Amino acid sequence: MPETILVVVEQREGKLNRVSWETITAGQALAAETGWALEAAVVGNGVAGFANEVAAKKVARVYAIDSPRLEPYTPDAFAAALKQFIESRQPKLVLMPHTYQVRDFVPKLATALGRTAISDCIGYKKNGDKLLFTRQMFQGKLAADVSFTCDSPWFVTFQNGAFRGDQAAAGAGAAPVEAVNVQIADGVVRNKPQEVFKEAKQAVDLTQAEIIVSIGRGIKEQKNIELARQLADALGGELAASRPICDSGWLPMDRQIGSSGQTVAPKLYLALGISGAIQHIVGMKGSRTIVAVNKDSEAPIFEIADYAVVGNLFDIVPPLIEEVKKAKAGS
Amino acid sequence: MKQVPQKDAPLKLNEAANWIREDVSYEVNEPDAYALEEALRQKEKHSGEVVVITSGPARAQQVLREALAKGADRAIHLEDNAFVGLDALNTARAFAAAIKDEKFDLIFTGLQSDDYGYAQTGVVLAELLGWPHATIIMQIEKNEGGIRVKRELEAGYFQFVDMPLPAVLTIQSGINKLRYATLIGIKQAKNKPLRKVALAEVQASLTPNLQKVEKLYVPQKTKKTEMIEGPAAEVAKKLVDKLRNEVRVL
Repeated sequence: MPETILVVVEQREGKLNRVSWETITAGQALAAETGWALEAAVVGNGVAGFANEVAAKKVARVYAIDSPRLEPYTPDAFAAALKQFIESRQPKLVLMPHTYQVRDFVPKLATALGRTAISDCIGYKKNGDKLLFTRQMFQGKLAADVSFTCDSPWFVTFQNGAFRGDQAAAGAGAAPVEAVNVQIADGVVRNKPQEVFKEAKQAVDLTQAEIIVSIGRGIKEQKNIELARQLADALGGELAASRPICDSGWLPMDRQIGSSGQTVAPKLYLALGISGAIQHIVGMKGSRTIVAVNKDSEAPIFEIADYAVVGNLFDIVPPLIEEVKKAKAGS
Repeated sequence: MKQVPQKDAPLKLNEAANWIREDVSYEVNEPDAYALEEALRQKEKHSGEVVVITSGPARAQQVLREALAKGADRAIHLEDNAFVGLDALNTARAFAAAIKDEKFDLIFTGLQSDDYGYAQTGVVLAELLGWPHATIIMQIEKNEGGIRVKRELEAGYFQFVDMPLPAVLTIQSGINKLRYATLIGIKQAKNKPLRKVALAEVQASLTPNLQKVEKLYVPQKTKKTEMIEGPAAEVAKKLVDKLRNEVRVL
């Protein structure tokens, strides 16, 4: 039997988390590189629908790992379910997105199996027979190639934006879906989660936004945020910020991008007056296209920008809003 | 708690290019500072004792001294250069071995470290101890059966979780406001107990690492940056042209 790569996709609020497609893309690339088979799994209560959705992609098989005890999410139940499944199937490599949920249960799962996880990876390399997983260290100042020095199964989590979700190849036909019922004994689940809630009234999921206009210290005053908001509205995008803006209370914390905020990978990230401290960059450098406007030509944000405008954002943004409106009206 | 290189410290690679050179300035891992603060606040509310633990070479003692000065009651130092190179599983095994005779109700860790950034050690420790855990915690209240914690989820979502004790919690930065050590605190810290644990005492619990940093390097710039120049009105026109025809978002 060939070795297998298992991608565990994530569902939340009745939808597949979009970052799951990135992990499928990663799995497809690794499968092509290694010649190993690619399978996927969805974990939860009544997840057959999600499994069918994943089965449209180019994967050999999709498992719907089901138990009433998997809803709501707890690390105890998820680790127990996946431990049973992984012990019986023995995949070589287990891939997951590096989400808050995965961070919550993967170290427990790997430890329970006497294995380890290489977490928050941004890519992989194949060096002869050896697989290396690339991850950032020291807040992104350095990168490391990390290998497994133990037996499989090997656990790897990929950072949001490390792969392109829209590049997940579709299959020739639907892959077979196999229902797997796992037994989770009484007493295994110790935590009792309450309902998920939003604190801010207009909390926004920036990870799902395709266009983000983001502001940094260069915006200078709270009242100037309106200008950035108008640009975001004209583009049909979301407004976001670096940490100092949210710490000042100028925008709610859920608009914060960076290591302590959200990690995003939109089609367009327009950075206004953001210098590009590493804590910010780790949260947005996976963006497809980065446009940076900053008056300091030495600002590190320009290192990762596709298009750079060295200049005063207060000069550039007003005509930019007008041009965007014109372009939209004409299309 | 963990000692990590200062955030703005310039890092140099060692000769083998698999770790950094030791001659940098160090500081307390920021999320761990919040974890300590939360422990001190819980003690002030419910009484009890705060014990602080770290692993690392002699320099790491500074983290413990600062914690004692802020109000921790005693400290445990797993002291050896070798602890720096342990993976998350072995670090957690070393801690578990060092505290096997303790009777803690709660263990707090920062949610991740600013150097490795694995975000694993706390959760691994919980599994080794057989305790429940919760991650990325923003609030902790005592209730009848144990505690109610507030977990931060992605995208502005939160969730309260009830859980029994003992438990391991990984603490998010910003959960509280950090205190400074007082002069009297610094003075008192000198007389507080600090237990040193040698590598040999926990060695039997360790295995060879399960993962290995093969190579550490400065990430290469992969992007080509195109400068958009000219008067503001012209820059705006050029940018919109790019957004429409190359980025294709308009």
